[in-house]
Amino acid sequence: MTEKILEVEDLNKFYGNKQVLHDISFSLNKGEVLTLLGPSGSGKSTLLRCLNGLEEFKSGTIIFEGKKVIPTAKNWQQLRQKIGMVFQSYDLFPNMTVLENILLGPVKVQKRPKAEVEKEAKALLKRVHLEQYANSYPRQLSGGQKQRIAIVRALALHPDLMLFDEVTASLDPEMVRGVLELIKQLSDEDHMTMIIVTHEMNFAKQIADQVLFLENGTIVEDTPGKEFFEHPKTKRAEEFLESMEF
Amino acid sequence: MSWAIIQQSLPQFVKGFQVTVWMSFVGIIGAMVVGLCCSLIQYFHVPVIDKIVSAYVELARNTPLLIQLFFLYYAFPVIGLKMSAITCGLIGLIFLGGAYMAEAFTGGFDGISKNQIESGEAIGMSKWQLARYVVFPQGFALSVPAIAANIIFLIKETSIFSVIAIPELTNTALDLIGLYYHSNEYLFVLVIAYAIILIPLSLLLTWLERRVRYGTFGD
Ligand SMILES: Nc1ncnc2c1ncn2[C@@H]1O[C@H](COP(=O)(O)OP(=O)(O)OP(=O)(O)O)[C@@H](O)[C@H]1O
Ligand SMILES: [Mg+2]
Repeated sequence: MTEKILEVEDLNKFYGNKQVLHDISFSLNKGEVLTLLGPSGSGKSTLLRCLNGLEEFKSGTIIFEGKKVIPTAKNWQQLRQKIGMVFQSYDLFPNMTVLENILLGPVKVQKRPKAEVEKEAKALLKRVHLEQYANSYPRQLSGGQKQRIAIVRALALHPDLMLFDEVTASLDPEMVRGVLELIKQLSDEDHMTMIIVTHEMNFAKQIADQVLFLENGTIVEDTPGKEFFEHPKTKRAEEFLESMEF
Repeated sequence: MSWAIIQQSLPQFVKGFQVTVWMSFVGIIGAMVVGLCCSLIQYFHVPVIDKIVSAYVELARNTPLLIQLFFLYYAFPVIGLKMSAITCGLIGLIFLGGAYMAEAFTGGFDGISKNQIESGEAIGMSKWQLARYVVFPQGFALSVPAIAANIIFLIKETSIFSVIAIPELTNTALDLIGLYYHSNEYLFVLVIAYAIILIPLSLLLTWLERRVRYGTFGD
């Protein structure tokens, strides 16, 4: 039986008087990949940010691992150890080495023994082929390398769900592949549950178990991945796919 | 300009120089401590106290040091608080400098990008952990240029101590001029003395700014 890791019910979000998310409801199975697609300004980033408490929402329910989230600052702080997020602009801490960046969460937030975490961090670095940069500073790395480190930094907390917001959008084309391969690996080998916002349609097609298509803050389609790319249910999604030309 | 007159006055200028240097040093350290405390109170929005701090910063920044010193030296004794000129000078400098330093630190903390804060939050850091590992280390680096400017500013402000007869450099020069009239010579020495303090110091601070910036941000 597939187990639901995340259920969202009737989530509404406003910026001032402007409603940017309308009655968002969907659920996600453990180990699956959900891809959020939609035109610019449709609310993809806002939805992701609501899911780890970076944005407050007006009404609605989020159920994570069977428990209803009570949206207090303290609860979100706890939950963010389980719900990792990686951003477009990677944002490693410039005042720390690569290794320090990775250790910060597990050691300072989760209070795990440093020696153990360090061993694990080195293994993760090796996995992304960056072990030789453990003691370098972010400034010495390329964009693609920084983004892979940012993903490792999030993974080091042992999250159960990862949120990716256009993590390749600010990378040079030749850097994109390494990052996408890593995400694909996380899905195939680690069965990581993920929600991915991306403009890389070929990648989305390959990886998506489920697609949410958003427009103007509303879910227009909630369709299994394969089906979405082959036979989108709505005219709007069809037009969107055509406009992406992949 | 007579070299002999200059030479004769040197021992007194050396004393004045020492007073300016040690008072600046103590005052600036004090101002940095006060400023840091104030900016931390504002950063963490400590209730009630943060309002008091804001009022203090406004008051101190918007009144001249001269008036602050008059208050300490002439008005406070009226309410039974009599302090030596030196004490008044130090308190005045710390009172004024504390507000400027608070602004410098706060400016640094505010200068940290929202993305940095969010990526810290995203790994589950508490407000306190964020402050300790992200905001303060980067904030200090960002505030170094403003702090350096304040240091130079506060050293120059010590010349106002002369109005309450603290025997620092400016007071020494004004006294000598009053006694012997050789204003060209004495003012010349005075300028040189300040330059000996300020020029190397500002070169040092500029170097330090670059070091800290590179050490923290790598550019
Ligand atoms: N901080 C904010 N304040 C006010 N309005 C905002 C804010 N952030 C986003 N919005 C608005 O909310 C809507 C959704 O924005 P969001 O960034 O979630 O879209 P998106 O789908 O991620 O777009 P993109 O593909 O360009 O990243 C947009 O209309 C945007 O203008
Ligand atoms: Mg977005």
